[in-house]
Amino acid sequence: MSQMKLHDQSDRSTQKSIPIDWSYAEAPENTSHATFLKSYGLFINGSFTNYDESQSFNSINPANGEVLYRCTEASEIDVDIAVKAARASFEGEWGNFSGTQRSHYLYRIARMLQERAREFAVLESMDGGKPIRESRDIDIPLAAAYFFYYAGWADKLPYAFPGKSSKPLGVCAQIIPWNFPLLMLAWKIAPALACGNTVVLKPAETTSLTALKFCELLQDIGLPNGVVNIVTGAGKTGEYLVQHPDIDKIAFTGSTGVGKLIQQSIAKRQISATFELGGKGAFILFDDAALNEAVEGIINAIFFNQGHVCCAGSRLLVQEGVAEKVIDLLKNRMQHLIIGDPLDKNTDIGAVNSKTQLETIQRYVATGIKEGASCYECSGSLPNSGYYFPPTLLTGVSQSSTVVQEEIFGPILTIQTFRTTDEAIEKANNTPYGLANGIWTDKGSKIFYVGSKLKSGVVWSNTYNKFDPTSPFGGYKESGKGREGGISGLHAYVKLVNNGGMN
Amino acid sequence: MAEEQNKDLTSQSKSINSIPKTYKNYINGEFPRTESGRYYSVKAQSGKHIANLSLSTKKDIRNAVQAASKAHAFWANKTAYNRGQIIYRIAEILFGRREQFTNEMVLLGYSREAAEEEIHACIELIIYFAGWADKIGQVFGSVNPVASKHFNFSRQEPMGVVGIICPETPSLLGMLGLLMPNMVAGNSQVIVASKQYPLSACTFAEVLATSDVPAGIVNIITGSKSDLIPSISKHMDVNLLVGDTSLDTDFQFTCELESASNMKRVCYWESFISLDELNSRPDETIATCLDSLKDPYHILYVQEVKTTWHPVSE
Amino acid sequence: MIDRIPIDAVGIQERVSRICTRSIKKESKLQALDLALRMIDLTTLEGSDSDGKVRQLCNKALRPYTKLPNIPSVAAVCVYPNRVALAKKILEDSSISVASVATAFPSGMSSLQIKLDDVHYAVSEGADEIDMVISRGAFLSGEYARVYDEIAHIKEACGSAHLKVILETGELGSLENIRMASDLAMKAGADFIKTSTGKISPAAIMPVVLVMLQAIRDNYNSTGVKVGMKPAGGIRSSKQAIQYLVMVKETLGIEWLHPSLFRFGASSLANDVLMQWVKEKTGRYQSLNYFSND
Repeated sequence: MSQMKLHDQSDRSTQKSIPIDWSYAEAPENTSHATFLKSYGLFINGSFTNYDESQSFNSINPANGEVLYRCTEASEIDVDIAVKAARASFEGEWGNFSGTQRSHYLYRIARMLQERAREFAVLESMDGGKPIRESRDIDIPLAAAYFFYYAGWADKLPYAFPGKSSKPLGVCAQIIPWNFPLLMLAWKIAPALACGNTVVLKPAETTSLTALKFCELLQDIGLPNGVVNIVTGAGKTGEYLVQHPDIDKIAFTGSTGVGKLIQQSIAKRQISATFELGGKGAFILFDDAALNEAVEGIINAIFFNQGHVCCAGSRLLVQEGVAEKVIDLLKNRMQHLIIGDPLDKNTDIGAVNSKTQLETIQRYVATGIKEGASCYECSGSLPNSGYYFPPTLLTGVSQSSTVVQEEIFGPILTIQTFRTTDEAIEKANNTPYGLANGIWTDKGSKIFYVGSKLKSGVVWSNTYNKFDPTSPFGGYKESGKGREGGISGLHAYVKLVNNGGMN
Repeated sequence: MAEEQNKDLTSQSKSINSIPKTYKNYINGEFPRTESGRYYSVKAQSGKHIANLSLSTKKDIRNAVQAASKAHAFWANKTAYNRGQIIYRIAEILFGRREQFTNEMVLLGYSREAAEEEIHACIELIIYFAGWADKIGQVFGSVNPVASKHFNFSRQEPMGVVGIICPETPSLLGMLGLLMPNMVAGNSQVIVASKQYPLSACTFAEVLATSDVPAGIVNIITGSKSDLIPSISKHMDVNLLVGDTSLDTDFQFTCELESASNMKRVCYWESFISLDELNSRPDETIATCLDSLKDPYHILYVQEVKTTWHPVSE
Repeated sequence: MIDRIPIDAVGIQERVSRICTRSIKKESKLQALDLALRMIDLTTLEGSDSDGKVRQLCNKALRPYTKLPNIPSVAAVCVYPNRVALAKKILEDSSISVASVATAFPSGMSSLQIKLDDVHYAVSEGADEIDMVISRGAFLSGEYARVYDEIAHIKEACGSAHLKVILETGELGSLENIRMASDLAMKAGADFIKTSTGKISPAAIMPVVLVMLQAIRDNYNSTGVKVGMKPAGGIRSSKQAIQYLVMVKETLGIEWLHPSLFRFGASSLANDVLMQWVKEKTGRYQSLNYFSND
């Protein structure tokens, strides 16, 4: 065999050199078609209440820190009116609809969302700071997909529960977070309505806009009054809603801390509740994995939506032999991430959702460094105004580090190494959470072995942060109760009765 | 009447010089005494003392949870077929000991007919659930047609350690109704037995000990609910509480409030039948109870759904 | 000799899709169009190629569009060996290289000696660059050493001419094979690795090019040698070309955004780039009627 020759490169340098510093020009998304009001009332019984300045709050555009619009903070009385409207609708028109009728409304919502997708995407990015690439390609299309999926279930419920008949629960109190505002709304409202329930939903106080615009859409399609009611506000409004005596169901997505409070507050009440809470997902990378794809997977796992993802793969567990290589590849890849204006089509990392969250992230990184972690940040300047945090790697951490134990909800990846498969599993499971984990290996049998041992509701193997309406999502342990998506997602919104003669 | 029954038992035992049994907890396949060193007297309806039962406390709960937690992976990793076989074996052993159960139930106030009816139902229930072990995943699992190049499936997996709080009566069927779905599910359990009618639970421990059920999978504790419920619902290594709908509302409140500490799941199933009803209408009440307990959804509710994704490519 | 590296096609496609979401507008688009034009290997590889055809091609390469100032020439013309001398003569005073396919192009189904003769002939006619094909049959039957030796021998035969190694990725069956063939070609001395002959479909597609770029990057990281990349065939629009440039930039860095390290093997791409160029300058969408075919 011939010897490998390192051929001479010198002739290259003699070629005429063309100076190249090719960076992408600004590519801002057009926002002219996405209109919204300066102030909003609540959406109750099919129409908006008057905006009430005396009980209002600002919603800030996190990309520049300026006020975007103002919302009415729903009081106990407002919440009561909303629940009553939902109750009346449940016991009246909506409650009497057939599955077919419900299904047709849901299909129309789905279609309308698709038609107005770009508008919703722009609003979502303005309100929450997420890059337009994500709101356009993921949040809004997926929201529509969830409505499509559950629309189809509305008239097929007898096939969903073998041996049982389903009945709707009644009035559902739903509280959603700020990380995927419209998508979480779809996760909550679509199955609830498909099963015949009515809804009072509270969006997060920093991201109410797409929920309020969604109400316009409901008016356009003529959804009967009271089926969906949206009450805006912060924790207090949520409390009024959860404690309202006439609700039949609570569906909450948010922090584990608040989830526990809700669970305590509804003890003694015969009320069905599902929770989607926090997470501290591990991304287990074996040395035989497709490393380039794995690195891309890591980017998706932790930097998707600025890391504001409950199922984020925030702990990289990498097998020792490839750790150095993976970190090099990762750093290289990170240099091509573009951080900045959420409305720029080339932005990969947008704004952190709020000042409070930015401070939380800063505090965690400071704690990490104080506890001995080394920090690597994406280079490049951040915008001068607004709330931004660069994608960051924390190495030199251990299982006992605060940043490894606690959910940060930001673009911060901790990196640990492992030697054996069982060590990786043990580290992955060594957390009170259990929402999602990732496995990267080229070996099929290892995927099934590790996958069956991971205590989490979702296992992404050789991929990460994938969502689909047909695919159940939810957590083990302190990451929640119940599932959203798929047939499992229907369970959360029905009570089942025996068909009889089964045994 | 009760005295007569007692006499019956005594006369049967005459040949072995009448040795009354010491009923103990069942933890990790062994029969330890309670760490508290305290006992309570279980009495016949007449008020006559029958036996001393462990008045267990949080330390016994701790030991039991520890055993259950340690044994869990072993049970969870068994094949569904194997779990089904082991559970079926319980029915076989139980059948062989039905006289013992009957006598003890009669001792505590069951009519012989009711006791026999209940034991028969228990055997039916065990066999029913044994058969679900390798079918539950087929009925409730799914391959999800996601809109991307991924293979995606959801299957049920064990939840972990379960705290089971038995109804007072039916003393055996009530416990098995809560236990069986959990065993099929692959969970490991700590059972808080009926306070007033604990003998069936204790004797069932002997069935388990002589069956193929691995040590630590089922642990049975006797004592006062007001001691045991708070400590089991506070325990951070318990993932789920299963009780009976008849559970006192204050206890239900405790369960739900304390379960928030680690987001335990809590569910209640209906099996309670008062002794009076049991004795007056054994056929009907047991049949109804059995019907409501033979519900595969109970397995579903004590499992977690795990969804796995994998790309599909050359 | 060469490790088989696992590759997941779905993951690769996801990265590609994300690259394709980059929105290249305004001055960055003009820069990209300029660059794309400079990177083109204007190609004609037909059995019907005549002196006339080659002459036209060379003139187009020299002066792609005369109506605007500052329009750059392309990087090279690519022809069969027996057209090299003519092309070389026309392009003598320009910076445009003459590339020749060789080694029993496109199938490579001949003896090593004939392949070497083919290369010697093209080089002696004046070719600056040789585009060889690998023996796919040998590669697919696991005769990696044979493929390696062939490349090494041909590299030697090239002398000072640059060697582009065509993997014919459309025949290799999997991304993992493509990665392996890339690694093998680089190790054996390739100056460039190239996707396709243009005679097999699919020719250049983005997932394949991404895998090859990753191979180049890993090779550079371990040896310090910068190998060039040439996707060929199927690239017809400016939009595609710009997406490739984004891919190069985000995989290898801007150093590779240079005709000495990246080429497009294409024939109709040049005119589309020119049309886009004019559109950017005038704001009007263009018609091919205003651009010479070749």
